[in-house]
Amino acid sequence: MEVHRLPTPASAEERAAVDALLGPPPAPDAEGGPGRSETGRPQQAREERQLLLPALHAVQDAIGWISAGALGYVCERLRVPPAEAYGVAESYALLSTRERPPRVAHLCDDIVCRNAGADALTAEVARALEGDEGATWEPSPCLGVCERAPTALLQIAAGEDRVLAAAEAPAVLAGLRDEAGGEASEAAASAPQTAEPRADGLRLLSRVGLVDPASLEDYRAHGGYEALRVALERGPRWVIDELNASRLLGRGGAAFPAGRKWADVASAEARPRYIVCNADESEPGTFKDRVLMEHDPFALIEAMTIAGVTTGAEHGYLYIRREYPLATARLEGAIARAEAAGMLGEDVLGSGLRFTVEIRRGAGAYICGEETALFNSIEGYRGEPRNKPPYPTQAGLFGKPTLVNNVETFVNVPSIVLEGGAAFAATGTEGSTGTKLFCLAGSVARPGVYEVPFGATLRELIALAGGVDGGGEPQAVLLGGAAGSFVTVAQLDLPLTFEDARGADVSLGSGAVTVFGESVDLADATRRIAAFFRDESCGQCVPCRIGTVRQEEALHRLAGANGNAGEEIAILGDVARAMTDASICGLGQTAGIAVQSAIDLGLLEREGSTP
Amino acid sequence: MTSEPRPLVELTVDGTPVWVPEGASLLEACRAAGVGPPTLCYLDGLTPANACRACVVELDGSRPLVASCSRQAEDGMVVTATSERVEHSRRLVLELLASAVDLSTAEPQLRRWLEEYGVAPERYGPPAPAVDGTAERPRPGHHAQPDGEHAATQAQPAKLDNDLYVRDFSKCILCYRCVEACGVDAQHTFAIAVAGRGFDATIATEYDAPLPDSACVFCGNCIAVCPTGALMFKSEHELRAAGEWDEERQTITTTVCPYCGVGCNLELHVQDNEIVKVTSPSDHSVTGGHLCIKGRFGFQHVQALEDGEE
Repeated sequence: MEVHRLPTPASAEERAAVDALLGPPPAPDAEGGPGRSETGRPQQAREERQLLLPALHAVQDAIGWISAGALGYVCERLRVPPAEAYGVAESYALLSTRERPPRVAHLCDDIVCRNAGADALTAEVARALEGDEGATWEPSPCLGVCERAPTALLQIAAGEDRVLAAAEAPAVLAGLRDEAGGEASEAAASAPQTAEPRADGLRLLSRVGLVDPASLEDYRAHGGYEALRVALERGPRWVIDELNASRLLGRGGAAFPAGRKWADVASAEARPRYIVCNADESEPGTFKDRVLMEHDPFALIEAMTIAGVTTGAEHGYLYIRREYPLATARLEGAIARAEAAGMLGEDVLGSGLRFTVEIRRGAGAYICGEETALFNSIEGYRGEPRNKPPYPTQAGLFGKPTLVNNVETFVNVPSIVLEGGAAFAATGTEGSTGTKLFCLAGSVARPGVYEVPFGATLRELIALAGGVDGGGEPQAVLLGGAAGSFVTVAQLDLPLTFEDARGADVSLGSGAVTVFGESVDLADATRRIAAFFRDESCGQCVPCRIGTVRQEEALHRLAGANGNAGEEIAILGDVARAMTDASICGLGQTAGIAVQSAIDLGLLEREGSTP
Repeated sequence: MTSEPRPLVELTVDGTPVWVPEGASLLEACRAAGVGPPTLCYLDGLTPANACRACVVELDGSRPLVASCSRQAEDGMVVTATSERVEHSRRLVLELLASAVDLSTAEPQLRRWLEEYGVAPERYGPPAPAVDGTAERPRPGHHAQPDGEHAATQAQPAKLDNDLYVRDFSKCILCYRCVEACGVDAQHTFAIAVAGRGFDATIATEYDAPLPDSACVFCGNCIAVCPTGALMFKSEHELRAAGEWDEERQTITTTVCPYCGVGCNLELHVQDNEIVKVTSPSDHSVTGGHLCIKGRFGFQHVQALEDGEE
């Protein structure tokens, strides 16, 4: 296929940025035209295409935006049609195909940050940046640092992305003007149970705050890589048996039995097989995976390696959202150290088995947390979900059998291997074994990630986080993030298990527990959730693409003078039902749930929220 | 095409047993049962885009509805194609589209479905005023807050950047047919793709370049598959603008393209003794409905020139 050449050439800097990733371009042919490495084989086309997003990142990182010349050069190198590459670039919030200042502050205004001073921060930053040609700001959806809200992500061309939390205007402005200042990350501030004296019974958080995330030796001194050794010794069948015995359910939201996925991939006929870790933690109010990756990165790499040697996959992708630069850097360090020590690579722990892990950064798209949209994103296509079936275990990444698990699911695996599935299943309840990480944020005294056995109640969890700000009971709790539902005081004694949640018609989802105190405007929070889905819908299917727009509009009419409450409620109900029933993927299927729960619980009817 | 008959699978649609060849879709099964659901993005000959969700049905064992065009029929499946639940989603799909998109030149069948399903797009509020031609598409992940009154729409000026056809995205339902016809399903030119996200997603060339500057080869196969008139012959666009487009007055003459030896069938749509549009039958064994620029647009030489024209 001949790639259409764009009229504007890439600048030397743009070429250099792309070449730094892809290597120098092949020598020009005799006619002086662009060189061709090799032609035609589908395998090669695929290999090239999957470098599209990394190449777009390379240009964005170096220049601060992606010009037509730069995109054209990427397309020439990778032989991707420019219209398609443009469509890909134009689907990500953290890539810009329009010229803009090289330094950008993304200021979170999502459900937690907007009640933690985001407005004032934004106003101050906006005022200071007025007329500044070198820097600008943008509102952002949840950046996943809710325990230290408000949060800012600084995206600096030819520099490094950096997160500030709790962000204050002077620090944001200083960060935009020079590159000084590192990112704060103290385990105890994000996972209060790891502060001295440490809480008992921590499993997923067992090493958080104790190990140096940059030290493989430290990780091993705390029991790290023992599970991989055992898994290699006992073999794939044993590992899968233990996983089945543990009754571990996926922690990404769908609660699918992990052992069944592993077994399906291990027994799939097609090759190669792939391991994918979904670290695109973008559910508003959720930050547990970030804390695990920042403070115990080797645990995830070890777990993915166990998955690789167990299912016969030789390559893993770790897809992490770009909003997590510190976690990304620490995982990169962990991979490099594990490779150097023979824990990853051609001969894992001397077993003769090969396994490598490659990090892929997302670029600002909630939809890419949907597993099939995530595959498309890795492959260099727009992050649009695929029709299921076929399921990932049959035809996933590159159409091959793929094991995709969430970070927290993976991190459960080493302890299952070490203590056995039955012992693991002794914690928690019959239907929900083990412990669960919950992200407490909003109106609580000590926000952060908390680990509790399944079965703890919402009330206990809030008490663990120091109770509601200013005492008393919460006005409402949003369980499971924007895709979850509101619950009220009446449900505070709900045991947090998959089965109890299902029985109460709510979902634990991502483990987000966003607490709203008495002073919070819940109608405003509900409108923010609706705006989130309107922004994050990929646009592929009609119910979600237009439904999310109509949902947000109806909520605004309901709040203003133009709405007939009965008619608006009817519209919201009709639209939500069609989105839930007829959308392609989980994003659209859950886009109306929080709003409907707010209506059902009467949360929009409080004084000041409706006429 | 296959030399051996495919084995049949048996399933039920609305309680009626039907048999379809292995590999057939639920849509084919529904049609076999005589309950063809509405289809907007689906077109025989193109890969199902699975985007409009108008053809959804209930499938026992599946929590959400499934798009019948994109789901293979399997032995023993129990499908409900006619139910209040299914009708609700179909009506909403049609109603949401009608509230956002100008469907005035859509295929007659699509407009009939709007009536059949009793859509009421006006309940979403008065349409927001059209954006002017210079407005930038919102960046992905960003949009203006609703004003509490108007319903956002796709209204925008038509793009007239070439002599052969017009792109009016205020009429686009984002069915992906044109992208597929331009890409892997027919032309392999890849001049257009979906850009932007969510409600702001649109069909675009790279950097929204005018078509003559893009990879477009002006085969017009995108026009041929467009169900809403968002892509249209310039001749048709101009006649419609002048209020003179009248299909009642048109004749269709079938002929064979004279340009090369392939033997593509052409259908010349003639109004007042002028060719106003050229199509090819979508079930034609040679073209599958697709043509090249010569067959599609190279008809000026047969038109009599007015006095004084060159």
